[in-house]
Amino acid sequence: MAKINPIDPDYFKDERAAPGFKVIGTTVPRSDALGHVTGRTEFFEDRTFPNLAHLKIHRSPHHHALIDSVDTSHAEQTPGVLRVLTYKDVPANWYGVLRLIGIGPDDEPVLAEDRVIYKGEPIVAVVADSEAAALEGASRVRVSYTELPAVLDVEEAMSPDAPIIKRAGTNYFVYEGHHSRRIRFGDVEAGFARADHVFDWRYSSAPIEHAPTETTGCIVVPQSNGRLLIHSNTQAAFFTLDNTALIINRAPTDLQVKGGTVGGGFGGKVDVMVEPLACIAATLTNRPVKFVYTREEEMQVSSPRAAERIYIKDGVLSDGRIVARKIMLYVDAGAYARHSPYGATKAAAHLPGPYTIPNVHADCHCVYTNRTPSSAMRGFGVTIADFAIESQMDRIARALDLDPLEFRLRNAYRDGDLKAHRKVASGTALIEVIQRAAELVGHELPEEYRAMSSTTPRGAQA
Amino acid sequence: MTVTIVNLKVNGVDQAFMARPGTTLLLALREQLGLTGAKRGCAQGACGSCTVLLDGAPVVSCLVPATTVDGADIATVEGLADGQQLSDVQQAFLDGFATQCGFCTPGMLMSAEALLARNPDPTADEVNEAISGNVCRCTGYAPIVSAILDAAERRRNRVEATH
Repeated sequence: MAKINPIDPDYFKDERAAPGFKVIGTTVPRSDALGHVTGRTEFFEDRTFPNLAHLKIHRSPHHHALIDSVDTSHAEQTPGVLRVLTYKDVPANWYGVLRLIGIGPDDEPVLAEDRVIYKGEPIVAVVADSEAAALEGASRVRVSYTELPAVLDVEEAMSPDAPIIKRAGTNYFVYEGHHSRRIRFGDVEAGFARADHVFDWRYSSAPIEHAPTETTGCIVVPQSNGRLLIHSNTQAAFFTLDNTALIINRAPTDLQVKGGTVGGGFGGKVDVMVEPLACIAATLTNRPVKFVYTREEEMQVSSPRAAERIYIKDGVLSDGRIVARKIMLYVDAGAYARHSPYGATKAAAHLPGPYTIPNVHADCHCVYTNRTPSSAMRGFGVTIADFAIESQMDRIARALDLDPLEFRLRNAYRDGDLKAHRKVASGTALIEVIQRAAELVGHELPEEYRAMSSTTPRGAQA
Repeated sequence: MTVTIVNLKVNGVDQAFMARPGTTLLLALREQLGLTGAKRGCAQGACGSCTVLLDGAPVVSCLVPATTVDGADIATVEGLADGQQLSDVQQAFLDGFATQCGFCTPGMLMSAEALLARNPDPTADEVNEAISGNVCRCTGYAPIVSAILDAAERRRNRVEATH
């Protein structure tokens, strides 16, 4: 890797000619870069407070188990330990982060009550004078369990004989009475019946950890006016404030979140994982409390991108037109919903890709398993769906000996097309993007494909 | 609990702190000397966010027992600029958009400074090697490598200009 080219300010000079467009194509220094290169940028952990207390968690070693008893006496007697918290100390223990936009049910406890449903689930919080004392105290919590069979596979979780792991009674999120977020458009079975070729393939992805260089954390400082000041690296300050207020049963005006400086987020810092317990601990001890994940916790228990499994069945005519697409998509939410119901909805919104297909059938499931809860990450729901769709397009092109770009152009959506979601496509540009990309890489397209346009109706598609 | 008084030089200034057993150089810098530029990203020597120079050599300060640095000369990101005047490496990072979230930046800068101090004209491979212990999750590294090569060039030009 050699030196990369400097930014070329001439590249966008035509756009700059438009009235009011002064910035595009110029180099504008980042407002935060001077702080970054001098070490003066203040991350949440760069603040020190007198009497700072530290919070650490005792977590489940099991994927799925009943909690028979919890003994915190040894933790309480550990030198330096100030306070030990269980679910009984959490005013409103059950929550769901998306309740702020009306999505329920509240399916996750801040601290586990009678059972744990993933390995690493928090059960007891220990607050101490020092980090070492908090860790020592947490290690001395004794929990006895009755292990239960774990469900670690999305399709297994959906099968009728799977153990139900959720108190709501289903191992999947319920979308307006349905087992999945659905698309029904045309008649896929009729489409497959008249297709010359049918391709049915499976795609899957593993969970992906964001691994930010700065782990998730916060410091909560009780104020003399009774309010709590939360220094946090959350990506979602107001989301955190409102959810924390609901969990600790305080007015939102009692809390102030000071954030905005995030040492890497990528979607991994939008859940509300540390602030509520730190607020409770700060209130009960009347001391500033720091709760920051260790690197091990960040890797093991912070929400990754969901693993997905996607089946795509396509009916294709000999000339390359796709006449039916059926998709069964499974998002592994892990043990709790967090942002995953929204992720599966985004996946559905993205199907069947930027192609006009007359018959579409999709079931996008948000499935619960005894795995680490997954949540937001850069384009979640969409990225893996795209991987599956575009892999499918390439494989079909190869199987039918079609040029992969021509195959896409033949099916590309155009302005005025009715999409499977019953929205009329507008502002489409896939055709032009493919044409331009082909030109840039010297990929010769026949005249018929060079003449295509997003704004020219495709004509009657049979 | 035995407390050791540690005397050292940090960014050219004589300093002292009390070290309890188990205290790391990183925590002493951050919590006792108020120098929070070096970051704690993993506390296990894997991410490089805590990189400082110990007698000129880059170390992961989260793994250095504070009691072992008595008499040492430590350089941190806070000491790189001369007043308002940024070092070549700092300026190259700023100009080359080599920062995003900024968390790895102090450690990257120190690894880069150490490299250029011993090798004023590194190849891209040598830059890669020098920052191989510094994890960045935002940039994809390319602008960082580019900025370090740019800084080397700035330095060489400056040296030539003064001869």
